[in-house]
Amino acid sequence: MEQLKTIGRELAMGSQGGFGQSKEFLDLVKSIGEARSKAEEDRIVLSEIDILKRKLLEPDIPKRKMKEYIIRLVYIEMLGHDASFGYIHAVKMTHDDNLLLKRTGYLAVTLFLNEDHDLIILIVNTIQKDLRSDNYLVVCAALNAICRLINEETIPAVLPQVVDLLNHQKEAVRKKAIMALHRFHRKSPSSVSHLISNFRKRLCDNDPGVMGATLCPLFDLITEDVSSYKDLVSSFVSILKQVTERRLPKSYDYHQMPAPFIQIKLLKIMALLGCGDKSASEIMYMVLGDLFRKCDSSTNIGNAILYECIRCISCIIPSPKLLEAAADAISKFLKSDSHNLKYMGIDGLGRLIKISPDIAEQHQLAVIDCLEDPDDTLKRKTFELLYKMTKSSNVEVIVDRMTDYMISINDNHYKTEIASRCVELAEQFAPSNQWFIQIMNKVFEHAGDLVNIKVAHNLMRLIAEGFGEDDDDADSKLRLSAVESYLQIMSEPKLPSLFLQVISWVLGEYGTADGKYSASYISGKLCDVADAYSSDETVKGYAVSALMKIYAFEIASGRKVDVLPECQSLIEELLASHSTDLQQRAYELQALLALDARAVESILPLDASCEDIEVDKDLSFLNGYIQQAIESGAQPYISERERSCMLETTDYHSRDHHEVPSHALRFEAYERPKPSSLPTQASTELVPVPEPSYYSEAHQPISTSSVSERESSEIKLRLDGVKQKWGRPSYQSSTSASSTPPQAANGTSSHPDVGVGSSSLKPRSSYESKKPEIDPEKQRLAASLFGGSSSSRSDRKSSSGGHKPAKGTASKPPKENPIPVQPPPDLLDFGEPTATSVTATDPFKELEGLMDSLSQDGGSTDVMGVLYSDAAPVTTTTSVDSLLSELSDSSKGNPGTYQSQTSKGPNSKEALEKDALVRQMGVNPTSQNPTLFKDLLG
Amino acid sequence: MYFQIHFVLLVSRQGKVRLTKWYSPYTQKERSKIHFVLLVSRQGKVRLTKWYSPYTQKERSKVIRELSGVILNRGPKLCNFIEWRGYKVVYKRYASLYFCMCIDEADNELEVLEIIHHYVEILDRYFGSVCELDLIFNFHKAYYILDELLIAGELQESSKKTVARIISAQDQLVEAAKEEASSISNIIAQATK
Repeated sequence: MEQLKTIGRELAMGSQGGFGQSKEFLDLVKSIGEARSKAEEDRIVLSEIDILKRKLLEPDIPKRKMKEYIIRLVYIEMLGHDASFGYIHAVKMTHDDNLLLKRTGYLAVTLFLNEDHDLIILIVNTIQKDLRSDNYLVVCAALNAICRLINEETIPAVLPQVVDLLNHQKEAVRKKAIMALHRFHRKSPSSVSHLISNFRKRLCDNDPGVMGATLCPLFDLITEDVSSYKDLVSSFVSILKQVTERRLPKSYDYHQMPAPFIQIKLLKIMALLGCGDKSASEIMYMVLGDLFRKCDSSTNIGNAILYECIRCISCIIPSPKLLEAAADAISKFLKSDSHNLKYMGIDGLGRLIKISPDIAEQHQLAVIDCLEDPDDTLKRKTFELLYKMTKSSNVEVIVDRMTDYMISINDNHYKTEIASRCVELAEQFAPSNQWFIQIMNKVFEHAGDLVNIKVAHNLMRLIAEGFGEDDDDADSKLRLSAVESYLQIMSEPKLPSLFLQVISWVLGEYGTADGKYSASYISGKLCDVADAYSSDETVKGYAVSALMKIYAFEIASGRKVDVLPECQSLIEELLASHSTDLQQRAYELQALLALDARAVESILPLDASCEDIEVDKDLSFLNGYIQQAIESGAQPYISERERSCMLETTDYHSRDHHEVPSHALRFEAYERPKPSSLPTQASTELVPVPEPSYYSEAHQPISTSSVSERESSEIKLRLDGVKQKWGRPSYQSSTSASSTPPQAANGTSSHPDVGVGSSSLKPRSSYESKKPEIDPEKQRLAASLFGGSSSSRSDRKSSSGGHKPAKGTASKPPKENPIPVQPPPDLLDFGEPTATSVTATDPFKELEGLMDSLSQDGGSTDVMGVLYSDAAPVTTTTSVDSLLSELSDSSKGNPGTYQSQTSKGPNSKEALEKDALVRQMGVNPTSQNPTLFKDLLG
Repeated sequence: MYFQIHFVLLVSRQGKVRLTKWYSPYTQKERSKIHFVLLVSRQGKVRLTKWYSPYTQKERSKVIRELSGVILNRGPKLCNFIEWRGYKVVYKRYASLYFCMCIDEADNELEVLEIIHHYVEILDRYFGSVCELDLIFNFHKAYYILDELLIAGELQESSKKTVARIISAQDQLVEAAKEEASSISNIIAQATK
């Protein structure tokens, strides 16, 4: 009887739309849920794997059971374990005629298999069959699977059927067929290149869902080849216009916005089409202007569209009016309390600054707030912005900040990035040698293992060759300051290997050059390095070579050399080293010590590292030796080329010399090549930098950095490179004053930098008067970031009036300063969560019926509020805080709150049922997992 | 992020590609818009994973471990985005569940945040005030719904109604099976009274 009851309960559960699985499975999920540690979870899963392995071997498993096993396999795989032993059963299940089972089978294979798995070939046949099915749900399931499982080789097997389905009567099928074709295009563009016109056709589909899906492949196609889609500009604009005018069905509305996801997609496409195209851009002005006016900036989705508009405007050739609208939107973002919006604002600023460099000045304090925010994400975005707006006037502040941040983080990925940015900026804009060396020291000290080795070589070259001016005095000062700083740093424990190499090299070359430090002092330091890092052979090698140089300079200058005892023992140790390189260096050093001054001077002349060594490629100095050998009867040498000419028996060697390697890969089957087998668009796709696309635009910082890196490795510190980066027409006006390369000699160079300083002055003075509580520290930072460098304020004031009278129009008048006094009023008033205010903005409320009368009490509305408070962009932060804390309080799992929780759902009966179900499941609500029971949405 | 060599390409004279190796980030263009979807509970337990870009099982575990470590420890008022290994992860917390989606660095984060919300709203509509428990025991249904929303990492349908319609069409078959079950359960209930 008792047993029957359990069965009845389980069956009843199934009919309730509850969990519908067997006790075993529910127990599994439950025990995983209660597992206290990852190890315990793993143990449970492993025993489950054993059970399933055994069960799957049983003969004649009923299909219902099999379906559950497969879902259990999915669960195992989801938890990160290998369920490959059961893959074949999932594949088999896709063959089943029952759609329910088929769907489970397809779900499992799409989750288990990737497109290169061996089992795919067994599914292709089923997919083909299912694509022909009368039941559109079967077709949909098959199309879903196609998007995940079909690879380049199997595309032809399903392509004709997928193309047929583009005209299927069900819009769901058409949509999925479009997505499948899109997937094929991504996998192998050539396989569907003849079908591209279909995408254009589907753009006019009656169903907005199909039209929206078509935008995905069109976006990709336009990214690859803008010019052949220019004719669609007006179509896209008119679609966007219709969408904003609410011509689409209501069901596409999202938070009162008409089809926002389609709008965003369209804006992305328009950004591509309008890039660098004046006439295309002009068509878009109207609709973009409308969007700025209409967009509801109180919802998240409205802001998402606004942000996309800003991006679009930064890509196309904008009108001044649009730029202004974009700047307004950005300032709204920056003034918001929401970190998300601040982030978007900083990002937008970084985009617009390329077009109108003045825009950042209005927001200087907001930017500094973001820079000092505890949120790492925001901070990093702000550093990205600063990186974009670096010029020689503010490089010191920015790079100092960057290095400080770099030192403070542990994330190696980002550390590498910011370190290379520091190096790049320092190389490009360094105001003085001392500063440059300081920055490089910092970067090497803290991220030496992460930076490119070329940076180290660059630094050594710089120290050796100086800054390019023929000023030996300045060069030796630079060297001395480098040596001094290195001697200081050396005592620190655990320096990166690369940095030690630089230090050793510099000390070896220039340690004793000025006579300030004695040879024994420097050599002692070098021995210490070799001793402390005895496991690093490269460092040791550098140290020994440096010692050799020190002693060589000593001998050459005729002084008596006392080899330190620790140095002597180092040499002795290395003479027996397992590393042949170290051994060789040690022997060389030993030999050198025995030589006289004249010989040593010709071996290691002083400061000769930059002198070109002429390599005699012809080895002419051996001519005499060869002559002798030939005279005594040796065969003369015949070069490879001559040999191959002599042996011209097969046509193999008759080919051009550099074509020979390709022979290994030749196959006869490809005898008649199609000249156009590599489509032109594929080749343009491969061009990394000049492509005027969305993506290349986004990666610009990377590409420019790589360029400058390459160049700088060839030349040296590029102080004259300032103009190149910032020499774009829009920049010239504001940076022209400061773009003259600073003199290398003066350590504390000051820059006139009139243009920038002047426009930042006005807003700053207005902060001083209006907001006395603003940290003076911040103001100073703002001035140094956005204004000039170290010249006094009054100086700048007087000069600003004289030089740039027109600037006044660009900088905001004092009254519109960017400090938010009050956040804009919010639609959702979270301070007073009344039922009506929630209903007004909550589409779900309408669907779920009116709130239960119980929900009038504070706690329940709060739970509803959590969701929407997060969603709403400009809530006051304190109210969110309290909502969250209340939420976590109520989730502590004591009986009282538990009861109140049952009333939280929109339908108390349903919630009670759920609760009962939970109790039936035997999950104890007061266990360590109380949140298990909390509603996600309220 | 310096790339001296952007890619290595071996092509035969007939134009057949023999080998490709990509170093520059623009290779990401060939991948999906959304790289993966991840649902993690506040205790760090995985509730749902869906991978649109290729990751091995080992990489997956690593990704989950790393991301849940970062995301679970973030404060409530901070950004809903994190920069992670050159990608961006957009996450949002609903009660005790974190919904995460990984996108390219250049994508619109707010839009993805709304896609997450869109998904949650659809789940809510389907389950009737969804809770974590629904997703724990009915994760396969959550997968079905996700498959109707996102395909190959792209948003395929932005209408809640359309998604609901096709899911319910699929479920009608399930309902048919369940009706049988409930009639049996009634019989049993009668018998055990």
